[in-house]
Amino acid sequence: MTITRRKFLGWIGGAAAGSATLAGTVAHGASNKEFKGYPGSFGVLHDITKCIGCRKCEQACSEVNAMPAPNKPFDDLSVLEKERRTTVTTHTVVNKFDKREFDKSATSQSGNAEDSGDKLGGDKQVINSSGSLFVKKQCNHCLEPACASACFVNAFKKDRTGAVTYNESLCVGCRYCMVACPFNIPTYEYDEPLTPRVMKCTLCLPRIQEGKLPACVEICPKEALVFGEREELIKQARMRIQKYPDNYVDHIYGEHEMGGTSWLYLSPVPFNEVGMREDLGKHSAPELTAGALSAVPIVVGLWPVLLTGIYAISKRKDKIAQEEQKEAVAKVKEDAQEQMALKLEELKKKMNKEREIAIKTEVKKALDQAAKASEAKATKLSEEEQ
Amino acid sequence: MTLQTISIKSRLINNPLIKKVEWTPVNIVTAIILVMGFFLTIARFFGGLGTVTNLDDNNPWGVWIGFDLLCGVALAAGGYVTSSACYIFGLKRFHSAVRPAILTAFLGYALVAFALNYDVGRPWRLPYPVFYSPGTSSLLFEVGLCVFLYLNVLFIEFTPAAFEWLGLKKIRSFVVGLTMILTIFGVVLSTLHQSSLGALFLIAPSKLHPLWYSGYLPVYFFISSMFAGMSMVIFEGSLAHKYLHHKMDDTHLSESDGVVLGFSKAASFVMMGYLGIKLIGLAIDNNWHHLFTGWGLWFLFELIGFVAIPAFMYAVAARDKNVKFARIASVFAVLGIILNRLNISLIAFNWHLPSSQRYFPSWMEIATSVFIVTLGIVVYRFITAYMPILYEHSDYKHDNSNQNANSHDD
Repeated sequence: MTITRRKFLGWIGGAAAGSATLAGTVAHGASNKEFKGYPGSFGVLHDITKCIGCRKCEQACSEVNAMPAPNKPFDDLSVLEKERRTTVTTHTVVNKFDKREFDKSATSQSGNAEDSGDKLGGDKQVINSSGSLFVKKQCNHCLEPACASACFVNAFKKDRTGAVTYNESLCVGCRYCMVACPFNIPTYEYDEPLTPRVMKCTLCLPRIQEGKLPACVEICPKEALVFGEREELIKQARMRIQKYPDNYVDHIYGEHEMGGTSWLYLSPVPFNEVGMREDLGKHSAPELTAGALSAVPIVVGLWPVLLTGIYAISKRKDKIAQEEQKEAVAKVKEDAQEQMALKLEELKKKMNKEREIAIKTEVKKALDQAAKASEAKATKLSEEEQ
Repeated sequence: MTLQTISIKSRLINNPLIKKVEWTPVNIVTAIILVMGFFLTIARFFGGLGTVTNLDDNNPWGVWIGFDLLCGVALAAGGYVTSSACYIFGLKRFHSAVRPAILTAFLGYALVAFALNYDVGRPWRLPYPVFYSPGTSSLLFEVGLCVFLYLNVLFIEFTPAAFEWLGLKKIRSFVVGLTMILTIFGVVLSTLHQSSLGALFLIAPSKLHPLWYSGYLPVYFFISSMFAGMSMVIFEGSLAHKYLHHKMDDTHLSESDGVVLGFSKAASFVMMGYLGIKLIGLAIDNNWHHLFTGWGLWFLFELIGFVAIPAFMYAVAARDKNVKFARIASVFAVLGIILNRLNISLIAFNWHLPSSQRYFPSWMEIATSVFIVTLGIVVYRFITAYMPILYEHSDYKHDNSNQNANSHDD
C-alpha cells in the first residue's frame, strides 16, 4: 500500500495533476481489486527437504524440450558444486547449498512420522548425510508475471492452467522481460543473429493439455515435486509445516512473493540461505507500474490545456504590453501638444504684452516729442512776438 | 552589408552541388569510425548479439540501452525545451536557438531509433508494438509509442528548413502554420516518454540499488530531461560557435549569448529543484543509512559533483553574465546526466550480483555507440552546411516569427 501511495504522490507532483491523478488510478493499482490467480489453476510444490539433487528433473526437462545434450552427463553430480542459473538450453537447474543450522532439528525429527494417512511429509528422509540442501530452479509462473506485464507486444501470457507462455512469433527481442523478472529466469539466444528467442520453462503446458504431469514432476523419485491445484498445494504445504514445525521455516515461498507464484517452496532454512530472495515484497509487477501508467491519460488530457493557457497568457501579455505602449505614446504625444499649446499661449501673451509696452512707449515717445515740439514752437513764437 | 552576405550565402546553398570532402584529420578519423561501424554492423547481424556484446542472461541491457537510448533521449530534450520556451512561453529571444535544437533533437531521436535496430533481436518487428500487437501494460510500450510519434513530430518541425533549402514555399508556410500544435504535441509526448524511461525500472525494485530506485523515478527522469536539454543546447552551441561560426547570421550571433545565459539561469533553478526532489525521495524511502556505504559515496558523487556544482556554476554564470563559465557548467551537467542514466541502467542495476556476474561493455559495443554518435555528427554537419539552421533564409527573414507566412510562388 505504501509503495503505491508514494508512487502516486510522485506522479501528482510530476504531472501537476493532483486530484485528477487519483481519479485515474481507481481502475488500476490503487483500488482494492486483487488478482489471486485463475481459479483452479495448477502449480507445483517443491519441498526442498526432500530433494536429493539427483538431477533427473534436469534430464527429463532437457529431453522433453528436445535440448542438445550437455557437455557433462546428467548423472555427473560434480556440476552441483557451482551455483547455476537457467540458460538457453537448460530451463531448470538444481543447486546445492551447504546447510549448517538445520542439523539439530533434522536429527530430532527423522525416523518417525509414519502416519500412513500423510503421504506428503510422512516418510521424512529429510537431509541426506552429506548435509546439503538441493533447490530446483525454474520459471515460477507468477500469478501476475512481471515478464508479461513488461512485454510491449504481449508475447507472454498467463494461461488459465497456470503456465506463463511465450509466443515467439510476436517477440521483438528487446529483453525487457529479463530486466523485469525478479527471479532472473528468462534467457535469450544471444548467438542467434536473426531469430533469437527468449527461452524459459513452459510448465510443460503441452503435456498438461494432454493430461500428463510436467516432465520434472513425473520423474522426481523423491516426491520433492508435487503437481496440483495451487490452492490445494498451499493447504498441503501449510499442513506439512503444521505437522513438522521443526522441519520447516514457517513460510511458503511463492504464496505471496511478487503477488504470488504458481510454484511454491518449502524449506528447512530461511529461503535467502538457499539462494532465494526474501526481499521481493508482495506487490505484483503490474502494481509497481500501475501508478506511472495511470498518469498517461492525465498528461495527455491536461498538458494541452495548460500549455495553451500559458500560450494564451503570454500572447495576451504581449498584446497588453503593445496596447499600453501605444497608449503611452499617445499620451506623451498629447501631453507634448498640450504643453506646446500652453507655451505658445504664454509666448503669445508675452509678445502681446511686449508689443503693448512697445506701442505704449512709442506713443508716449511720440506724445512727448509732440509735446516738446509744441512747447518749443510756443517758446519760439513768444520769443518772436517779443 | 549583411543583406549582401546573406544573399551570397543563400545563393551558395541554393547551389545543389555538394562540396567535395576535404581530407582534414577530423574527416579522416570520421571516415575510419564509419568504416569500422560498417564492419561492426556486419558482425552484429551475421554473428548475433553474442559476438559483439558482453550481454548475458543476468545483464540483458548494456550500453546500447544505457547510453544510446537513455542518454540519447535525455540529451535530445533540447528540442521540446527550446521550442516550448520560444513558442509557448513567448520567450522570443530564444528564436534563433530553436532550429539548431530541433535539428539536434530530431537527429538524436533518429539515432536512438537507429541504435535500437542493433540492440533488439528482430529489428524488423520494431513496428509490432505500435501496429500489430500493442502490449499496453508495458512502460516500454509507452516509450515506444511516444518516441515513434515524437520522431514524426520532430521530423515535421524540422522540414521547414529543408523546404527553404529546396525553395518549396507553399508547403513550407503550411508546416510553419502548424508550429503551435506541433510544439504542444511535442511537450506532451516528451513528458510521457522522458518520464517513462525512468518508469521502466519501477518494475525491478529488487535489482536497482535503493538509492537510485524510487517511486519518483519517472519524475526524476522528466525533470532532469529539462536541464539535460538546456545544457545540451548550451554545450552544442559552444561547439557550433567553434566550428560553424561562419554559418551563423547576425541575429543568431547577437541572440546566442542571451540564449546561453537565459538557459543557464533556468537550468540552475531546475537543477536546484531536482536536488530537492532527490532529497525528498531519500527521505520518503528512509534511505539515509545507505549514504554511508560505498554506493552512498557514488550517489553523492553524482548528485553533488554533477548536479549541485553545475547548478551553482550556472547560477554564478547567469549572475555575472559569464557565457564561458556557463559553457563549462554545461559540460558538467551533460556528464551528470550520462552518469545518472548509466548508474540506473548499468552501474547500480544488478548491484547485488557478485562482481564476476556483473556486466562491462565489450570494446565492440562501445565502438558501435561511438559509430552511431559519429554518424549523427556527420549528418548534423551536412545539414548545417546546406540548410538554413544557424541563420535565417533571406526569403523568410521576417515571417519566421509571424507564422502566417505569405505563400507566393516565384
